[in-house]
Amino acid sequence: MTTAALLEARGVSLSMGSVAICRALDLNVRAGESWGILGPNGAGKTTLLRAMAGLQPVDRGEVRLSTTPLGQLKRRQVARQLGMLPQHTDFVFEASCEETALVGRHPHLGPWGRERQEDRRLARQALDCLGLDGLADRSCMQLSGGEKRRLAMARLLVQDPAVMLLDEPSNHLDPSHQIMILDEVYRRVHQGQRAAIMALHEINLASCYCSHILMLFGDGQWEAGPTQELLEARRLSRLYGCTMRLVDDGEQRVFAVAARGRGHDG
Amino acid sequence: MLSGNAQRLILLALLLAVPASLLLAASLGSSGFTWPWQADEAGRRILLELRLPRALAALATGALLAIAGCLMQVLLRNPLADPYILGLSGGAAAFSLAGLMLGLAWVPLPVLSFLGAMLSVVVVFVLARGSGPWSTTRLLLTGVVVAAGWGALISLMLALGPDASLRSMLYWLMGDLSHASLSAVWLVPLAALVLIMTLRGRTLNVLSAGATQASLLGESTGARFWEIYLLASLLTGLAVSMAGAIGFVGLIVPHLMRLLVGSDHRRLLPAAALFGGAFLVLADTLARTLFAPRQLPVGVLTALIGVPLFLLLLHRAARLR
Repeated sequence: MTTAALLEARGVSLSMGSVAICRALDLNVRAGESWGILGPNGAGKTTLLRAMAGLQPVDRGEVRLSTTPLGQLKRRQVARQLGMLPQHTDFVFEASCEETALVGRHPHLGPWGRERQEDRRLARQALDCLGLDGLADRSCMQLSGGEKRRLAMARLLVQDPAVMLLDEPSNHLDPSHQIMILDEVYRRVHQGQRAAIMALHEINLASCYCSHILMLFGDGQWEAGPTQELLEARRLSRLYGCTMRLVDDGEQRVFAVAARGRGHDG
Repeated sequence: MLSGNAQRLILLALLLAVPASLLLAASLGSSGFTWPWQADEAGRRILLELRLPRALAALATGALLAIAGCLMQVLLRNPLADPYILGLSGGAAAFSLAGLMLGLAWVPLPVLSFLGAMLSVVVVFVLARGSGPWSTTRLLLTGVVVAAGWGALISLMLALGPDASLRSMLYWLMGDLSHASLSAVWLVPLAALVLIMTLRGRTLNVLSAGATQASLLGESTGARFWEIYLLASLLTGLAVSMAGAIGFVGLIVPHLMRLLVGSDHRRLLPAAALFGGAFLVLADTLARTLFAPRQLPVGVLTALIGVPLFLLLLHRAARLR
Protein backbone atom coordinates (compact mmCIF):
# COMPACT_ATOMS: atom_id res chain seq x y z
CA MET A 1 0.00 0.00 0.00
CA THR A 2 1.57 3.23 -1.14
CA THR A 3 1.22 6.24 1.09
CA ALA A 4 2.89 8.77 -1.19
CA ALA A 5 0.77 11.89 -1.51
CA LEU A 6 -1.06 12.43 -4.81
CA LEU A 7 -1.27 16.13 -4.08
CA GLU A 8 0.82 17.98 -1.59
CA ALA A 9 0.93 21.56 -0.35
CA ARG A 10 4.23 22.58 1.25
CA GLY A 11 4.28 25.80 3.19
CA VAL A 12 1.74 27.38 0.86
CA SER A 13 0.81 30.96 1.61
CA LEU A 14 -1.94 32.43 -0.47
CA SER A 15 -3.78 35.71 -0.41
CA MET A 16 -6.41 37.51 -2.37
CA GLY A 17 -5.66 41.20 -2.51
CA SER A 18 -4.84 42.10 1.07
CA VAL A 19 -6.85 39.22 2.56
CA ALA A 20 -4.83 36.19 3.65
CA ILE A 21 -6.39 32.86 2.69
CA CYS A 22 -3.87 30.54 4.31
CA ARG A 23 -0.43 30.92 5.84
CA ALA A 24 2.15 28.13 5.58
CA LEU A 25 -0.39 25.47 4.67
CA ASP A 26 0.93 21.91 4.72
CA LEU A 27 -1.34 19.28 3.29
CA ASN A 28 -0.85 15.69 2.15
CA VAL A 29 -3.67 14.29 0.09
CA ARG A 30 -3.21 10.55 -0.41
CA ALA A 31 -5.02 8.06 -2.60
CA GLY A 32 -8.29 6.96 -1.04
CA GLU A 33 -8.79 10.24 0.81
CA SER A 34 -11.48 12.77 0.17
CA TRP A 35 -10.99 16.22 1.63
CA GLY A 36 -13.65 18.78 2.33
CA ILE A 37 -12.71 22.46 2.46
CA LEU A 38 -15.00 24.38 4.81
CA GLY A 39 -15.02 28.07 5.50
CA PRO A 40 -17.21 31.16 5.48
CA ASN A 41 -18.02 33.07 2.27
CA GLY A 42 -14.96 34.79 0.91
CA ALA A 43 -12.53 32.69 2.96
CA GLY A 44 -10.78 31.71 -0.28
CA LYS A 45 -11.93 28.14 -0.90
CA THR A 46 -12.17 28.68 -4.64
CA THR A 47 -8.85 30.53 -4.82
CA LEU A 48 -7.12 27.72 -2.92
CA LEU A 49 -8.60 25.11 -5.28
CA ARG A 50 -7.48 27.16 -8.28
CA ALA A 51 -3.97 27.38 -6.83
CA MET A 52 -3.94 23.61 -6.29
CA ALA A 53 -4.91 23.21 -9.94
CA GLY A 54 -2.05 25.47 -10.97
CA LEU A 55 -4.44 28.04 -12.39
CA GLN A 56 -2.96 30.76 -10.23
CA PRO A 57 0.37 31.27 -8.47
CA VAL A 58 0.88 30.94 -4.73
CA ASP A 59 2.63 33.64 -2.70
CA ARG A 60 5.01 31.25 -1.00
CA GLY A 61 5.64 27.52 -0.88
CA GLU A 62 4.70 25.04 -3.59
CA VAL A 63 2.05 22.58 -4.66
CA ARG A 64 3.28 19.16 -5.75
CA LEU A 65 1.45 16.69 -7.91
CA SER A 66 2.75 13.14 -7.28
CA THR A 67 5.95 14.66 -5.80
CA THR A 68 6.63 16.96 -8.81
CA PRO A 69 6.14 20.70 -8.28
CA LEU A 70 3.23 21.96 -10.39
CA GLY A 71 5.43 24.66 -11.88
CA GLN A 72 7.65 22.05 -13.53
CA LEU A 73 4.77 20.30 -15.29
CA LYS A 74 3.20 21.17 -18.61
CA ARG A 75 -0.55 21.85 -18.51
CA ARG A 76 -1.09 18.67 -20.48
CA GLN A 77 0.77 16.57 -17.91
CA VAL A 78 -1.21 18.23 -15.13
CA ALA A 79 -4.49 17.56 -16.93
CA ARG A 80 -3.77 13.84 -17.14
CA GLN A 81 -3.54 13.60 -13.35
CA LEU A 82 -5.62 16.46 -12.04
CA GLY A 83 -9.01 17.81 -13.02
CA MET A 84 -11.38 20.34 -11.56
CA LEU A 85 -15.08 21.06 -11.55
CA PRO A 86 -15.22 24.87 -11.48
CA GLN A 87 -17.91 26.63 -9.49
CA HIS A 88 -19.61 27.87 -12.64
CA THR A 89 -19.74 26.37 -16.08
CA ASP A 90 -21.30 28.17 -18.99
CA PHE A 91 -21.77 26.80 -22.46
CA VAL A 92 -21.91 29.32 -25.31
CA PHE A 93 -21.71 27.12 -28.41
CA GLU A 94 -24.23 24.51 -29.45
CA ALA A 95 -22.93 20.97 -28.95
CA SER A 96 -24.56 17.73 -27.94
CA CYS A 97 -24.10 16.53 -24.36
CA GLU A 98 -22.12 13.55 -25.59
CA GLU A 99 -19.75 15.79 -27.56
CA THR A 100 -19.36 18.08 -24.55
CA ALA A 101 -18.51 15.20 -22.23
CA LEU A 102 -16.15 13.73 -24.82
CA VAL A 103 -14.00 16.89 -24.66
CA GLY A 104 -12.77 15.49 -21.32
CA ARG A 105 -10.61 12.98 -23.24
CA HIS A 106 -8.55 15.83 -24.68
CA PRO A 107 -5.44 15.51 -22.46
CA HIS A 108 -5.27 11.77 -23.10
CA LEU A 109 -5.23 12.04 -26.90
CA GLY A 110 -2.37 13.15 -29.13
CA PRO A 111 -2.66 16.61 -30.71
CA TRP A 112 -3.62 15.09 -34.06
CA GLY A 113 -5.56 12.14 -32.67
CA ARG A 114 -9.26 11.40 -32.87
CA GLU A 115 -11.50 9.94 -30.20
CA ARG A 116 -11.84 6.17 -30.46
CA GLN A 117 -14.74 3.89 -29.69
CA GLU A 118 -13.37 3.42 -26.18
CA ASP A 119 -13.45 7.18 -25.54
CA ARG A 120 -17.07 7.36 -26.70
CA ARG A 121 -17.90 4.49 -24.37
CA LEU A 122 -16.40 6.41 -21.43
CA ALA A 123 -18.45 9.49 -22.33
CA ARG A 124 -21.68 7.47 -22.54
CA GLN A 125 -20.84 5.78 -19.25
CA ALA A 126 -20.23 9.10 -17.48
CA LEU A 127 -23.54 10.49 -18.78
CA ASP A 128 -25.28 7.29 -17.65
CA CYS A 129 -24.00 7.36 -14.11
CA LEU A 130 -25.07 11.01 -13.66
CA GLY A 131 -28.55 10.35 -14.99
CA LEU A 132 -27.97 12.16 -18.28
CA ASP A 133 -28.27 9.11 -20.53
CA GLY A 134 -31.52 10.34 -22.07
CA LEU A 135 -29.91 13.67 -22.96
CA ALA A 136 -26.83 12.43 -24.87
CA ASP A 137 -28.02 13.97 -28.15
CA ARG A 138 -29.58 17.08 -26.61
CA SER A 139 -27.80 20.41 -27.08
CA CYS A 140 -25.92 21.64 -24.03
CA MET A 141 -27.58 25.04 -24.49
CA GLN A 142 -31.01 23.61 -23.71
CA LEU A 143 -30.24 22.17 -20.27
CA SER A 144 -31.50 23.26 -16.87
CA GLY A 145 -29.04 24.55 -14.27
CA GLY A 146 -28.82 21.18 -12.55
CA GLU A 147 -28.38 19.32 -15.82
CA LYS A 148 -25.57 21.69 -16.85
CA ARG A 149 -23.89 21.05 -13.51
CA ARG A 150 -24.08 17.30 -14.03
CA LEU A 151 -22.81 17.66 -17.61
CA ALA A 152 -19.77 19.60 -16.35
CA MET A 153 -19.23 16.82 -13.80
CA ALA A 154 -19.57 14.20 -16.56
CA ARG A 155 -16.79 15.95 -18.48
CA LEU A 156 -14.58 15.67 -15.39
CA LEU A 157 -15.44 11.97 -15.00
CA VAL A 158 -14.51 11.42 -18.65
CA GLN A 159 -11.19 13.16 -18.03
CA ASP A 160 -10.82 10.69 -15.14
CA PRO A 161 -7.97 12.34 -13.22
CA ALA A 162 -6.35 10.85 -10.10
CA VAL A 163 -6.95 14.11 -8.23
CA MET A 164 -10.44 15.58 -8.52
CA LEU A 165 -10.92 19.14 -7.32
CA LEU A 166 -14.59 20.00 -6.90
CA ASP A 167 -15.72 23.56 -6.27
CA GLU A 168 -19.10 23.33 -4.58
CA PRO A 169 -20.17 20.20 -6.44
CA SER A 170 -23.66 20.33 -4.92
CA ASN A 171 -24.45 23.75 -6.49
CA HIS A 172 -27.75 23.84 -8.40
CA LEU A 173 -28.53 20.23 -7.47
CA ASP A 174 -31.47 18.76 -5.61
CA PRO A 175 -30.62 16.35 -2.73
CA SER A 176 -30.88 13.17 -4.81
CA HIS A 177 -28.55 14.55 -7.48
CA GLN A 178 -26.12 15.88 -4.86
CA ILE A 179 -25.88 12.34 -3.57
CA MET A 180 -25.61 10.96 -7.10
CA ILE A 181 -22.53 13.09 -7.81
CA LEU A 182 -20.88 12.58 -4.43
CA ASP A 183 -21.55 8.82 -4.46
CA GLU A 184 -19.73 8.60 -7.78
CA VAL A 185 -16.80 10.62 -6.42
CA TYR A 186 -16.75 8.39 -3.31
CA ARG A 187 -16.82 5.24 -5.47
CA ARG A 188 -13.92 6.42 -7.61
CA VAL A 189 -11.84 7.54 -4.63
CA HIS A 190 -12.28 4.20 -2.91
CA GLN A 191 -11.88 1.90 -5.87
CA GLY A 192 -8.93 3.40 -7.67
CA GLN A 193 -5.79 5.26 -6.76
CA ARG A 194 -7.64 8.56 -6.61
CA ALA A 195 -8.36 11.41 -4.25
CA ALA A 196 -10.87 14.24 -4.13
CA ILE A 197 -10.76 17.72 -2.63
CA MET A 198 -14.04 19.58 -2.51
CA ALA A 199 -15.13 23.00 -1.33
CA LEU A 200 -18.45 22.58 0.42
CA HIS A 201 -21.03 24.69 2.18
CA GLU A 202 -23.01 21.74 3.48
CA ILE A 203 -21.32 20.56 6.67
CA ASN A 204 -23.41 17.41 6.66
CA LEU A 205 -22.38 16.44 3.14
CA ALA A 206 -18.80 16.91 4.31
CA SER A 207 -19.36 14.69 7.32
CA CYS A 208 -20.94 12.00 5.10
CA TYR A 209 -18.47 12.04 2.22
CA CYS A 210 -15.15 13.41 3.43
CA SER A 211 -12.47 11.49 5.28
CA HIS A 212 -10.58 14.70 6.04
CA ILE A 213 -11.44 18.34 6.54
CA LEU A 214 -9.55 21.56 5.89
CA MET A 215 -10.98 24.60 7.58
CA LEU A 216 -10.16 28.10 6.34
CA PHE A 217 -11.01 30.72 8.92
CA GLY A 218 -10.81 33.66 6.55
CA ASP A 219 -7.82 35.34 8.26
CA GLY A 220 -5.01 33.07 7.10
CA GLN A 221 -5.52 30.54 9.88
CA TRP A 222 -6.34 26.99 8.94
CA GLU A 223 -6.88 23.62 10.55
CA ALA A 224 -6.67 20.23 8.87
CA GLY A 225 -7.29 16.69 10.02
CA PRO A 226 -9.58 13.69 10.00
CA THR A 227 -13.28 14.53 9.80
CA GLN A 228 -14.05 12.80 13.12
CA GLU A 229 -11.65 15.04 15.00
CA LEU A 230 -12.36 18.32 13.31
CA LEU A 231 -16.11 18.39 13.00
CA GLU A 232 -17.43 19.53 16.34
CA ALA A 233 -19.91 22.22 17.25
CA ARG A 234 -17.53 24.64 18.96
CA ARG A 235 -15.00 24.69 16.16
CA LEU A 236 -17.72 25.06 13.54
CA SER A 237 -19.24 27.93 15.48
CA ARG A 238 -15.88 29.68 15.46
CA LEU A 239 -15.45 28.93 11.74
CA TYR A 240 -18.75 30.39 10.62
CA GLY A 241 -19.15 32.99 13.36
CA CYS A 242 -22.56 31.74 14.38
CA THR A 243 -23.68 29.17 16.90
CA MET A 244 -23.77 25.64 15.49
CA ARG A 245 -25.33 22.68 17.28
CA LEU A 246 -24.86 18.97 16.99
CA VAL A 247 -28.18 17.19 16.70
CA ASP A 248 -28.07 13.46 17.26
CA ASP A 249 -31.14 11.28 16.84
CA GLY A 250 -29.27 8.07 17.60
CA GLU A 251 -28.91 7.16 13.93
CA GLN A 252 -27.22 10.22 12.48
CA ARG A 253 -25.30 13.20 13.80
CA VAL A 254 -26.24 16.44 12.05
CA PHE A 255 -24.85 19.95 12.48
CA ALA A 256 -27.40 22.73 12.39
CA VAL A 257 -27.53 26.45 12.99
CA ALA A 258 -28.75 26.88 16.54
CA ALA A 259 -32.32 28.18 16.72
CA ARG A 260 -32.48 31.51 18.51
CA GLY A 261 -36.21 31.50 18.94
CA ARG A 262 -36.68 34.90 17.32
CA GLY A 263 -40.17 34.96 15.86
CA HIS A 264 -40.02 31.36 14.76
CA ASP A 265 -42.20 30.09 17.58
CA GLY A 266 -45.21 29.40 15.38
CA MET B 1 -28.78 19.57 -34.65
CA LEU B 2 -28.59 17.00 -37.42
CA SER B 3 -27.42 13.41 -37.23
CA GLY B 4 -23.92 12.35 -38.22
CA ASN B 5 -24.99 11.06 -41.64
CA ALA B 6 -26.92 14.20 -42.50
CA GLN B 7 -23.87 16.26 -41.52
CA ARG B 8 -21.64 14.20 -43.81
CA LEU B 9 -24.15 14.71 -46.64
CA ILE B 10 -24.06 18.45 -46.06
CA LEU B 11 -20.26 18.48 -46.23
CA LEU B 12 -20.43 16.53 -49.50
CA ALA B 13 -23.02 18.94 -50.91
CA LEU B 14 -20.79 21.89 -49.95
CA LEU B 15 -17.84 20.21 -51.64
CA LEU B 16 -19.90 20.04 -54.85
CA ALA B 17 -21.23 23.58 -54.43
CA VAL B 18 -17.76 25.08 -54.87
CA PRO B 19 -17.10 23.88 -58.47
CA ALA B 20 -20.77 24.52 -59.30
CA SER B 21 -20.50 28.14 -58.15
CA LEU B 22 -17.23 28.59 -60.08
CA LEU B 23 -18.87 27.18 -63.21
CA LEU B 24 -21.79 29.57 -62.89
CA ALA B 25 -19.47 32.52 -62.26
CA ALA B 26 -17.44 31.60 -65.34
CA SER B 27 -20.44 31.31 -67.62
CA LEU B 28 -22.39 34.38 -66.50
CA GLY B 29 -21.36 37.93 -67.26
CA SER B 30 -22.29 41.24 -68.81
CA SER B 31 -21.87 39.63 -72.21
CA GLY B 32 -24.59 37.10 -71.34
CA PHE B 33 -24.62 33.42 -70.53
CA THR B 34 -22.40 30.92 -72.35
CA TRP B 35 -21.26 27.49 -71.44
CA PRO B 36 -17.50 27.74 -71.05
CA TRP B 37 -16.83 24.95 -73.55
CA GLN B 38 -18.99 26.58 -76.26
CA ALA B 39 -17.20 29.91 -76.11
CA ASP B 40 -15.30 31.29 -79.08
CA GLU B 41 -11.75 32.62 -78.82
CA ALA B 42 -12.78 36.01 -77.37
CA GLY B 43 -15.22 34.38 -74.97
CA ARG B 44 -12.57 31.99 -73.81
CA ARG B 45 -10.23 34.87 -73.03
CA ILE B 46 -12.93 36.65 -71.05
CA LEU B 47 -13.52 33.45 -69.17
CA LEU B 48 -9.91 32.55 -68.42
CA GLU B 49 -8.47 36.03 -67.93
CA LEU B 50 -11.34 37.91 -66.35
CA ARG B 51 -14.15 35.86 -64.87
CA LEU B 52 -12.28 32.85 -63.53
CA PRO B 53 -9.46 34.73 -61.72
CA ARG B 54 -12.05 37.02 -60.16
CA ALA B 55 -14.21 34.06 -59.14
CA LEU B 56 -11.16 32.40 -57.60
CA ALA B 57 -10.40 35.59 -55.68
CA ALA B 58 -13.99 35.58 -54.42
CA LEU B 59 -13.66 31.93 -53.43
CA ALA B 60 -10.47 32.53 -51.48
CA THR B 61 -11.77 35.72 -49.85
CA GLY B 62 -14.99 34.04 -48.75
CA ALA B 63 -13.15 31.03 -47.34
CA LEU B 64 -10.59 33.21 -45.51
CA LEU B 65 -13.28 35.38 -43.95
CA ALA B 66 -15.34 32.37 -42.90
CA ILE B 67 -12.37 30.66 -41.21
CA ALA B 68 -11.27 33.90 -39.57
CA GLY B 69 -14.85 34.31 -38.31
CA CYS B 70 -14.82 30.84 -36.76
CA LEU B 71 -11.50 31.58 -35.05
CA MET B 72 -12.61 35.00 -33.79
CA GLN B 73 -15.75 33.43 -32.33
CA VAL B 74 -13.65 30.91 -30.40
CA LEU B 75 -11.24 33.65 -29.31
CA LEU B 76 -13.96 35.93 -27.96
CA ARG B 77 -16.20 33.03 -26.93
CA ASN B 78 -19.10 34.60 -28.71
CA PRO B 79 -20.96 33.02 -31.63
CA LEU B 80 -21.77 36.49 -32.95
CA ALA B 81 -18.19 37.79 -33.22
CA ASP B 82 -16.89 38.93 -36.60
CA PRO B 83 -13.37 39.08 -38.13
CA TYR B 84 -13.32 42.89 -38.17
CA ILE B 85 -14.43 43.37 -34.57
CA LEU B 86 -10.90 44.06 -33.30
CA GLY B 87 -10.29 46.95 -35.66
CA LEU B 88 -8.27 45.24 -38.37
CA SER B 89 -10.33 46.39 -41.35
CA GLY B 90 -10.17 49.95 -40.02
CA GLY B 91 -6.38 49.89 -40.11
CA ALA B 92 -6.43 48.50 -43.63
CA ALA B 93 -8.94 51.12 -44.79
CA ALA B 94 -7.06 54.01 -43.20
CA PHE B 95 -3.80 52.97 -44.88
CA SER B 96 -5.39 52.46 -48.31
CA LEU B 97 -7.15 55.78 -48.05
CA ALA B 98 -3.96 57.56 -46.99
CA GLY B 99 -2.19 55.92 -49.93
CA LEU B 100 -4.86 57.14 -52.35
CA MET B 101 -4.80 60.65 -50.96
CA LEU B 102 -1.03 60.99 -50.84
CA GLY B 103 -0.79 59.62 -54.38
CA LEU B 104 1.46 56.72 -53.46
CA ALA B 105 0.74 55.05 -56.78
CA TRP B 106 3.96 53.05 -56.66
CA VAL B 107 2.74 51.02 -53.67
CA PRO B 108 -0.03 48.63 -54.75
CA LEU B 109 -3.24 49.11 -52.78
CA PRO B 110 -3.36 45.50 -51.49
CA VAL B 111 0.11 45.91 -50.00
CA LEU B 112 -0.90 49.15 -48.29
CA SER B 113 -4.06 47.71 -46.84
CA PHE B 114 -2.25 44.58 -45.66
CA LEU B 115 0.33 46.76 -43.90
CA GLY B 116 -2.46 48.78 -42.29
CA ALA B 117 -4.23 45.65 -41.12
CA MET B 118 -1.07 44.22 -39.60
CA LEU B 119 -0.23 47.51 -37.88
CA SER B 120 -3.66 47.46 -36.28
CA VAL B 121 -3.11 43.85 -35.21
CA VAL B 122 0.19 44.71 -33.56
CA VAL B 123 -1.24 47.78 -31.82
CA VAL B 124 -4.14 45.77 -30.36
CA PHE B 125 -1.80 42.89 -29.46
CA VAL B 126 0.63 45.13 -27.57
CA LEU B 127 -2.06 47.16 -25.80
CA ALA B 128 -4.27 44.20 -24.87
CA ARG B 129 -1.52 41.88 -23.69
CA GLY B 130 -0.73 43.75 -20.52
CA SER B 131 1.09 41.79 -17.86
CA GLY B 132 -1.76 39.70 -16.47
CA PRO B 133 -3.22 36.44 -17.75
CA TRP B 134 -5.34 36.09 -20.88
CA SER B 135 -8.41 38.33 -20.75
CA THR B 136 -11.10 38.23 -23.41
CA THR B 137 -12.68 41.41 -22.10
CA ARG B 138 -9.46 43.41 -22.32
CA LEU B 139 -8.83 42.18 -25.87
CA LEU B 140 -12.38 43.02 -26.95
CA LEU B 141 -12.35 46.48 -25.39
CA THR B 142 -8.93 47.32 -26.83
CA GLY B 143 -9.99 46.12 -30.27
CA VAL B 144 -13.26 48.01 -30.29
CA VAL B 145 -11.61 51.24 -29.16
CA VAL B 146 -8.81 50.91 -31.73
CA ALA B 147 -11.49 50.29 -34.39
CA ALA B 148 -13.24 53.48 -33.33
CA GLY B 149 -9.94 55.35 -33.64
CA TRP B 150 -9.41 54.11 -37.20
CA GLY B 151 -13.03 55.06 -37.98
CA ALA B 152 -12.36 58.64 -36.89
CA LEU B 153 -9.20 58.83 -39.02
CA ILE B 154 -11.09 57.48 -42.04
CA SER B 155 -13.87 60.04 -41.63
CA LEU B 156 -11.31 62.79 -41.29
CA MET B 157 -9.55 61.77 -44.51
CA LEU B 158 -12.85 61.38 -46.36
CA ALA B 159 -13.90 64.85 -45.24
CA LEU B 160 -10.63 66.52 -46.23
CA GLY B 161 -9.77 64.42 -49.29
CA PRO B 162 -10.49 65.16 -52.94
CA ASP B 163 -13.92 64.10 -54.19
CA ALA B 164 -12.40 62.11 -57.03
CA SER B 165 -11.11 59.38 -54.75
CA LEU B 166 -14.28 59.28 -52.71
CA ARG B 167 -16.14 56.83 -54.91
CA SER B 168 -13.36 54.28 -55.15
CA MET B 169 -12.84 54.60 -51.41
CA LEU B 170 -16.49 53.97 -50.67
CA TYR B 171 -16.36 50.88 -52.88
CA TRP B 172 -13.33 49.71 -50.90
CA LEU B 173 -15.07 50.32 -47.58
CA MET B 174 -18.08 48.29 -48.72
CA GLY B 175 -15.92 45.50 -50.07
CA ASP B 176 -15.46 45.12 -53.80
CA LEU B 177 -13.96 42.38 -55.94
CA SER B 178 -13.83 44.19 -59.28
CA HIS B 179 -10.07 44.64 -59.14
CA ALA B 180 -9.35 41.28 -57.54
CA SER B 181 -7.92 38.30 -59.34
CA LEU B 182 -6.22 35.21 -58.11
CA SER B 183 -4.40 32.33 -59.74
CA ALA B 184 -5.67 28.83 -58.99
CA VAL B 185 -2.26 28.00 -57.52
CA TRP B 186 -3.20 29.87 -54.33
CA LEU B 187 -5.99 27.43 -53.65
CA VAL B 188 -3.36 24.81 -52.71
CA PRO B 189 -1.98 26.58 -49.59
CA LEU B 190 -5.53 27.61 -48.68
CA ALA B 191 -6.75 24.01 -48.85
CA ALA B 192 -3.70 22.85 -46.89
CA LEU B 193 -4.43 25.42 -44.18
CA VAL B 194 -8.05 24.28 -43.89
CA LEU B 195 -6.91 20.66 -43.71
CA ILE B 196 -4.32 21.31 -40.98
CA MET B 197 -6.74 23.35 -38.91
CA THR B 198 -9.44 20.74 -39.36
CA LEU B 199 -7.07 18.09 -38.03
CA ARG B 200 -6.26 20.31 -35.04
CA GLY B 201 -9.95 21.09 -34.57
CA ARG B 202 -10.15 19.22 -31.26
CA THR B 203 -7.94 21.87 -29.66
CA LEU B 204 -10.29 24.59 -30.90
CA ASN B 205 -13.20 22.68 -29.36
CA VAL B 206 -11.40 22.70 -26.00
CA LEU B 207 -10.55 26.40 -26.27
CA SER B 208 -14.15 27.30 -27.01
CA ALA B 209 -15.01 25.98 -23.53
CA GLY B 210 -13.21 29.04 -22.13
CA ALA B 211 -9.75 29.78 -20.77
CA THR B 212 -10.16 28.12 -17.36
CA GLN B 213 -11.69 24.93 -18.70
CA ALA B 214 -9.13 24.73 -21.51
CA SER B 215 -6.26 25.07 -19.02
CA LEU B 216 -7.78 22.34 -16.90
CA LEU B 217 -7.96 20.14 -19.98
CA GLY B 218 -4.28 20.61 -20.72
CA GLU B 219 -3.93 23.58 -23.07
CA SER B 220 -1.55 26.44 -22.30
CA THR B 221 -4.32 28.88 -23.02
CA GLY B 222 -2.47 32.19 -23.09
CA ALA B 223 -0.16 31.06 -25.88
CA ARG B 224 -2.95 29.29 -27.79
CA PHE B 225 -5.27 32.27 -27.73
CA TRP B 226 -2.58 34.64 -29.00
CA GLU B 227 -1.75 32.16 -31.77
CA ILE B 228 -5.41 32.11 -32.78
CA TYR B 229 -5.59 35.89 -32.66
CA LEU B 230 -2.56 36.25 -34.91
CA LEU B 231 -3.71 33.56 -37.34
CA ALA B 232 -7.24 34.96 -37.59
CA SER B 233 -5.77 38.44 -38.13
CA LEU B 234 -3.40 37.23 -40.84
CA LEU B 235 -6.25 35.50 -42.72
CA THR B 236 -8.51 38.54 -42.39
CA GLY B 237 -5.67 40.83 -43.47
CA LEU B 238 -5.19 38.76 -46.64
CA ALA B 239 -8.91 38.82 -47.40
CA VAL B 240 -9.18 42.55 -46.78
CA SER B 241 -6.19 43.39 -48.94
CA MET B 242 -7.73 41.41 -51.81
CA ALA B 243 -11.26 42.75 -51.64
CA GLY B 244 -11.70 45.47 -49.02
CA ALA B 245 -13.95 45.10 -46.02
CA ILE B 246 -16.64 42.72 -47.23
CA GLY B 247 -19.10 42.50 -44.36
CA PHE B 248 -21.16 39.72 -42.84
CA VAL B 249 -19.50 36.74 -44.57
CA GLY B 250 -17.24 36.14 -41.57
CA LEU B 251 -20.20 36.47 -39.23
CA ILE B 252 -23.11 34.76 -40.96
CA VAL B 253 -21.30 31.84 -42.56
CA PRO B 254 -19.78 30.35 -39.37
CA HIS B 255 -23.06 30.90 -37.57
CA LEU B 256 -25.15 29.17 -40.22
CA MET B 257 -22.71 26.30 -40.42
CA ARG B 258 -22.87 25.83 -36.65
CA LEU B 259 -26.60 25.33 -37.04
CA LEU B 260 -26.08 22.76 -39.79
CA VAL B 261 -23.03 20.73 -38.75
CA GLY B 262 -22.64 21.66 -35.07
CA SER B 263 -19.76 23.31 -33.23
CA ASP B 264 -17.15 20.57 -33.60
CA HIS B 265 -14.45 22.45 -35.50
CA ARG B 266 -13.40 19.32 -37.34
CA ARG B 267 -16.65 19.65 -39.29
CA LEU B 268 -17.29 23.37 -38.80
CA LEU B 269 -14.04 24.67 -40.34
CA PRO B 270 -14.23 22.80 -43.67
CA ALA B 271 -17.96 23.48 -43.92
CA ALA B 272 -17.49 27.20 -43.26
CA ALA B 273 -14.56 27.47 -45.69
CA LEU B 274 -16.50 25.73 -48.49
CA PHE B 275 -19.75 27.57 -47.90
CA GLY B 276 -18.06 30.94 -47.40
CA GLY B 277 -16.16 30.50 -50.67
CA ALA B 278 -19.15 29.36 -52.73
CA PHE B 279 -21.37 32.03 -51.18
CA LEU B 280 -19.04 34.88 -52.07
CA VAL B 281 -18.52 33.55 -55.62
CA LEU B 282 -22.30 33.56 -56.13
CA ALA B 283 -22.75 36.95 -54.47
CA ASP B 284 -20.05 38.48 -56.67
CA THR B 285 -21.57 36.92 -59.79
CA LEU B 286 -24.86 38.56 -58.84
CA ALA B 287 -23.07 41.84 -58.08
CA ARG B 288 -21.61 42.09 -61.55
CA THR B 289 -24.64 40.81 -63.53
CA LEU B 290 -27.64 42.23 -61.65
CA PHE B 291 -27.31 45.74 -63.10
CA ALA B 292 -24.85 44.90 -65.89
CA PRO B 293 -22.91 46.61 -67.29
CA ARG B 294 -22.81 48.50 -63.98
CA GLN B 295 -21.08 46.63 -61.21
CA LEU B 296 -22.14 46.71 -57.59
CA PRO B 297 -19.60 46.34 -54.80
CA VAL B 298 -20.18 42.80 -53.56
CA GLY B 299 -20.24 44.04 -49.95
CA VAL B 300 -23.57 45.72 -50.67
CA LEU B 301 -25.06 42.37 -51.56
CA THR B 302 -23.54 40.46 -48.66
CA ALA B 303 -24.83 43.14 -46.30
CA LEU B 304 -28.29 43.11 -47.89
CA ILE B 305 -28.42 39.34 -47.40
CA GLY B 306 -26.54 39.37 -44.11
CA VAL B 307 -28.40 42.00 -42.12
CA PRO B 308 -31.85 40.38 -42.13
CA LEU B 309 -30.29 36.95 -41.66
CA PHE B 310 -28.28 38.17 -38.69
CA LEU B 311 -31.33 39.75 -37.09
CA LEU B 312 -33.26 36.54 -37.62
CA LEU B 313 -30.52 34.49 -35.95
CA LEU B 314 -30.27 36.96 -33.09
CA HIS B 315 -34.01 36.77 -32.56
CA ARG B 316 -33.85 33.00 -32.59
CA ALA B 317 -30.95 32.97 -30.10
CA ALA B 318 -32.84 35.30 -27.76
CA ARG B 319 -35.80 32.94 -27.80
CA LEU B 320 -33.61 29.97 -26.93
CA ARG B 321 -32.18 31.62 -23.83
